Amino acid sequence: MMRLLGYRAMQALLVALLVGVLTFLMMQALPGDMAFRIAAGRYGYDMVTAGAADAVRAELGLDRPALQAFGLWFLDLLRLDLGTSVLSGAPVIDEIRHQLGASLQLAGAALILSLLMGLPIGIAAGLRAGGWLDRALLVGSTALRSVPQFLMGLILIVLVSIQLGWLPAAGHGRPEHFILPALTLALGLAAASARITRDAMAGVAASPFYAFGRWKGLSEGQMLRRHGLRNIGVALITFLGLQFAMLVEGVVVVETIFGWPGIGHALVHAIFGRDVPMVQGTALMLGLGFVALNTLIDLAAHRIDPRGARP
Amino acid sequence: MFIRFLSSAALTMTLAGPSFATPGVLDVVAPFEIKGADPALSGNVFIKMDVAETLVNSDTEGRLQPGLATEWEVSEDGLKWSFALREGVVFHDGTPLTAEAAAHALIVAQGKPGLLETAPITAIEAESEHRLTITLAEPFAPLPAFLSEYRSLIYAPSAYDADGNVTAAVGTGAYRVTRLDPPLRLDVEAFAAHWQGEAAIRQASYQAVGRAETRALLAESGDADYVFNLDPASMARLTGAEGLEVMSVPTPRSLLIKVNAGHPALAQPEARAAVSMAIDREGLALAILRYPAGADQILPPSLPDWHVEGLAPLPYDPEAARRQLADLGWTPGPDGILMRDEERFALTLTTYPDRPELPLSAAVLQQMLAEIGVEITIDSTNSSEIPARHGDGSLDLALVARNFALVPDPIGTFLTDYAPTGDWGAMNWENEEFSTLIRGLARGEGGQAERDRAVTILQTDLPVIPVAWYQQTAAVSKGVIGAVLDPYERSIGLKDMRWAE
Repeated sequence: MMRLLGYRAMQALLVALLVGVLTFLMMQALPGDMAFRIAAGRYGYDMVTAGAADAVRAELGLDRPALQAFGLWFLDLLRLDLGTSVLSGAPVIDEIRHQLGASLQLAGAALILSLLMGLPIGIAAGLRAGGWLDRALLVGSTALRSVPQFLMGLILIVLVSIQLGWLPAAGHGRPEHFILPALTLALGLAAASARITRDAMAGVAASPFYAFGRWKGLSEGQMLRRHGLRNIGVALITFLGLQFAMLVEGVVVVETIFGWPGIGHALVHAIFGRDVPMVQGTALMLGLGFVALNTLIDLAAHRIDPRGARP
Repeated sequence: MFIRFLSSAALTMTLAGPSFATPGVLDVVAPFEIKGADPALSGNVFIKMDVAETLVNSDTEGRLQPGLATEWEVSEDGLKWSFALREGVVFHDGTPLTAEAAAHALIVAQGKPGLLETAPITAIEAESEHRLTITLAEPFAPLPAFLSEYRSLIYAPSAYDADGNVTAAVGTGAYRVTRLDPPLRLDVEAFAAHWQGEAAIRQASYQAVGRAETRALLAESGDADYVFNLDPASMARLTGAEGLEVMSVPTPRSLLIKVNAGHPALAQPEARAAVSMAIDREGLALAILRYPAGADQILPPSLPDWHVEGLAPLPYDPEAARRQLADLGWTPGPDGILMRDEERFALTLTTYPDRPELPLSAAVLQQMLAEIGVEITIDSTNSSEIPARHGDGSLDLALVARNFALVPDPIGTFLTDYAPTGDWGAMNWENEEFSTLIRGLARGEGGQAERDRAVTILQTDLPVIPVAWYQQTAAVSKGVIGAVLDPYERSIGLKDMRWAE
């Protein structure tokens, strides 16, 4: 256990260093004059002029050598200071808290919703592998997975908000604003997690120990609770961790459709506007977040299956 | 157990009910993101939501009206402007509006990139408690119009830190900020101590939604009461929708092709005229913008001062264009693209996708110019590449949507863009007469005849090629009365709106 944590701590340090260097290099390598791009990001296309770009260059000291700029960022980082956004002038940490927070909430809600849908269906299908539910799941999940998220989002808005008038079409700030974007994400996720659950469950249900449990007279419910869930747990938890990581990265489309103030949207704008501190800060937080997530998954998997197969 | 989970999830969804259009809150949706409280970044949002005000206002006709200043006058030599400030105005922090506070806000604004920076201002001072004077280096007639621009809005001294950074939006408007969540959300409530009295609508929210489809859906579902800027397809769909009023108004924004008049193929006015004749403006406007607004001169009739009645319109005549280019020595090469000696008539058209119609229009123009043997490569990139390439001389053509009323008086834009050149206007173009006319008009000399002459010069010399005139659109819920669609994009009429009975 300690070895695992030590390993992850080292990994976090390496990630921080790598992300810092890589994002910095990539931002430097992007085409176009940085001062012009920042001026366009700040003042918009009606107002960006050479004069505005010169003012930005002078204000931010963009003429100084790149290495010096990186050194300054790194020194600030050591003081746990992510700097201020060159577009809005607000502290990067505040922007990340607001926008990454919103994305995490949405991703979390989507994940829970997808579990509520995918898990029971997957288990039911896995217990009767080859049955009608199993076959229907295969068709249904393939169909759901192949609908692009932007289309799914629009279909849900038109159906639920406009035709039925049940939920707000878009927006952020109240609990009911969660449901449609989370559902848009969750339907695709549920399709995948139902398939994974189904495969894991079918494997367990076909195993000798499951057959033995049945012979000794346990009911189906007892079997599932005592021998089924725990055995599909490790596969499922690992998959969920992956899904969550993909979600946080992949919510950009859903965020723009539903007007959700998320990190995907923020990162795209930061890159267009050459907001280097914001890009570095966001990439750093995401990188560290993934290390933390993997650690949690390892710990959870270790707890579910403590046989020591993992480091 | 799992079935129970599922059914409870379903139940939560059905019970969430139609409580989403919060009663008593007017929801405004627009594409403009809030970058922060700083007027230079997002002053337009704070003006639209009546949080902040400017010394001078303008009405929907672009005529200047008293704002925080009740009247203004200029000295005999045109160098000293004096503004009488409205008395009894208080900021949202409770402090009174004084000339000193207003001068502070304007000095900060002048120090940042923007229009005010381009005006020949030498000093902004408080002369007495309610009198502000602005001293100029040379006469500058559009000064009051410049002061009506959103970046010249007046915040209380408490809105700024010691370095002049804006930390909060503390204005004098009819609404004060209750929650500011950049980049997407702003909540306001009526300010009881506003000098015009408390507004009828007590609470309002502003939400930035970038996607036009989503904005239209928000209008359609009733989640938003005022939706600014609809895309052409949604506009057609929402017209006649129940409970909605769809408004549109011509704006002082033109779709233009900025031309590098120093490019060998485009140096002669005849070559630029040939390119112009290849453009089927009505067809393009109908196909892309979906309203009949092909621009046969630079500004639309809705700006009577700058629209010349009876000016020969820019024609569409590809046959004549081909003949004119042949006269200039161009002959079709083996692939149909025109050649002159070793030179190929191939140009790059730079544009930007911030406005979705621009790359589409560029593609249409590419086809139209191919008809006369001109090869166009489209480069849809960041908007800042246009001023950047203007600066280093590498621009051929650029397709831009230029706002001529950043201040209600287009003279400001003509001055920065065409006298003689500008990042978003003429490039390598010098017309002595035009520059003299515009500079004179800026000093307050001359009138309609001079403006007409200036527009006529643009029409014959074509430093930019007009393509279409824009319209602004909005969808407003029939639940509110008094909404305004301002061609100058300053106001939505929030403080004068009320709920329909």
